[in-house]
Amino acid sequence: MSDVAIIAENIAKEYRIGELQDSYRTLRDVLAGAALGPVRAFRSLVRRGRGVPSANEIIWALEDVSFEVKNGEIVGLIGRNGAGKSTLLKILSRITEPTKGRAWLNGRVGSLLEVGTGFHPELSGRENTFLNGAILGMKNAEIKRKFDEIVAFAEVERFVDTPVKHYSSGMYLRLAFAVAAHLEPEILLVDEVLAVGDAAFQNKCLGKMSDIAGEGRTVLFVSHNLPAIKNLCNRAILLDAGTIEREGDAAQVVQYYLQGDYQSSKKVWAKQERPGNDSFKLNAVSILNTNGEEVSTVKLSDPVTVEIDYEVLQRGAYVAFSLVLFDPDGQVLFGSVSNTEKNYYGTPLDSRRYKSRCVVSGDLLNTGKYSFSVIGFSANWTDHFRVDQVVSFEAVDDGVLRGDYYGVFGGPLRPKFPWETVAC
Amino acid sequence: MTLGKTAPSLTHPHQVLIEPTRGWASLKLRELWQYRELLYFLAWRDIKIRYKQTALGLLWAVLQPFLTMVIFAIFFGRLAGMPSDGVPYPLFAFAALVPWTFFANGLTQSSNSLVGSANLIKKVYFPRLVVPISVVLGGLPDFALSFLVLLGMMAYYGVYPRWSLLGWLPLLLLLALVTALGVGLWLSALNVKYRDVRYIVGFLTQIWMFATPVVYPASLLSQRWRLIYSINPMVGVIEGFRWTLLQTDNAPGMSIVISALTALVILVTGTFYFRRMEKTFADIV
Repeated sequence: MSDVAIIAENIAKEYRIGELQDSYRTLRDVLAGAALGPVRAFRSLVRRGRGVPSANEIIWALEDVSFEVKNGEIVGLIGRNGAGKSTLLKILSRITEPTKGRAWLNGRVGSLLEVGTGFHPELSGRENTFLNGAILGMKNAEIKRKFDEIVAFAEVERFVDTPVKHYSSGMYLRLAFAVAAHLEPEILLVDEVLAVGDAAFQNKCLGKMSDIAGEGRTVLFVSHNLPAIKNLCNRAILLDAGTIEREGDAAQVVQYYLQGDYQSSKKVWAKQERPGNDSFKLNAVSILNTNGEEVSTVKLSDPVTVEIDYEVLQRGAYVAFSLVLFDPDGQVLFGSVSNTEKNYYGTPLDSRRYKSRCVVSGDLLNTGKYSFSVIGFSANWTDHFRVDQVVSFEAVDDGVLRGDYYGVFGGPLRPKFPWETVAC
Repeated sequence: MTLGKTAPSLTHPHQVLIEPTRGWASLKLRELWQYRELLYFLAWRDIKIRYKQTALGLLWAVLQPFLTMVIFAIFFGRLAGMPSDGVPYPLFAFAALVPWTFFANGLTQSSNSLVGSANLIKKVYFPRLVVPISVVLGGLPDFALSFLVLLGMMAYYGVYPRWSLLGWLPLLLLLALVTALGVGLWLSALNVKYRDVRYIVGFLTQIWMFATPVVYPASLLSQRWRLIYSINPMVGVIEGFRWTLLQTDNAPGMSIVISALTALVILVTGTFYFRRMEKTFADIV
């Protein structure tokens, strides 16, 4: 028995521009081609890509990624959006193939890229448990054996025969995670599933993850939750633009990541790569000062404006956003939801471009690098997507709150509160 | 890293090697067999959901071919006076519509199955063949129900099957299943890349029905054309159903062999094509 769980050797993955979205084309092109050259038309039908692309059509989502994971290690995979973390996990989960390179996985693999894959709202909790278990690769007998345990872990005993469409979102998530948590693979690949749910649920998930690790199983874990990476993982790999930027002790890699210039004050997406759903897509997210100028540094006493520029694709779509602010240690500070905007929230929108702005008041934050995640929602808080830590800014001390004090202000906040003293 | 040395030391029974496939992929039927429980669960889910929210539930399985039969009986049987090999026309049409509905639904649903399961395909690994196969198998309960109605109609009209030949029925059903799956594999894989396939499918099944002796007897065609006609596997299936159940005269004979061969060719090429395109599914679906 070898002590190596995962070996990845020169893994590379190529996407053609636009392949991630709307990449299917019409048969008309092929049929028109068939009239001219039947042989070539047949080739184009069986060709798995889309012909020989020119160099500027290619995006290497991953390039020359090589690493090893030992048995029983928990390795965190970090990096900003689009760095290739999820692509790497998809390749190791065999969902998509690498364009080049090889990988060996030495053991039964379980991958958890999403909780509740295949859950159907019309089916009961019991039915979904069996279905989801089968989808995740569990044997029927195995699910039967663990069924009571799964239901107890999810705390849904009383509702086990109720269709999950009547579940609260918390119950739904707990059940979905419970099924996945009872998968017993030797190698577990996990993608950002902890980003959902309330704090109690997240703690439960993290607890389960460390249990899994305690049992000597191997975990490869993608997350933006940097404190969790620091606490849970022995080792971390930092991916940047598809290559390994740094690898080593988790705390050190996280520190390096936080200090590096991996984030910026403006993010613009190319048309084909815009995040979103069928109703709307993001064009850009940027940080502005009070004059509406893009800035990467903001004085502590000045407000910070986050502007989300997006395009509504379906007329009549309902759109809402949630902004999440992360402190310089990567901890969530707070979230703000756009449902407080009275004349706009709950109004069906035209299919056109919009800009939504949120102003975070001045005299609130401490110094350091803060970043925002954006979560977009369609109607009824369903069909959401998120872009993690998409923009960031440096909060710099303008001395207003400091006065003649030259010591340290602890904590992620440095709010301005009134002081009042009276003589008695 | 020197993989040449480390790789062979991985001796785990569940060892997985991931690398780009080149050329035509192998079919990996053994792996498909290991995922038979998933196949069962997906088929079961489809059936369950199909009828969970419908007021008439399972009745739909019967109503679809039955109402079609009623319309055919009025227009083709009564008004057009279509010959029906000496069998009452409603029975003649229904005996064809039962396997035909199974085939047409299987074909349509399997063609859309990959695109419909995009969410699953992008998030979990399993042999993708499971998706269209489970959809086609999911049509079997519907078939069984309408088959019972067919038996009821036979009793009503006092028509009895050729008892000694009933063993052929499962084979004929298998032939319909293989054809639906074979075409479904081609179309579902094409549908991932070219979304117009969805529009072609409805059109295709309509034309296909008229190229199959559903509303008319195959005996309308001259003997010379019959063999060419049997390249359509559903000709063999439907002629076979009428021959065993309604005791019509024309034994399928050579035509069933031709039908079976075509079906097999479609299935094998469809499976290879599907497997070849499989690795792109998660990226473009």
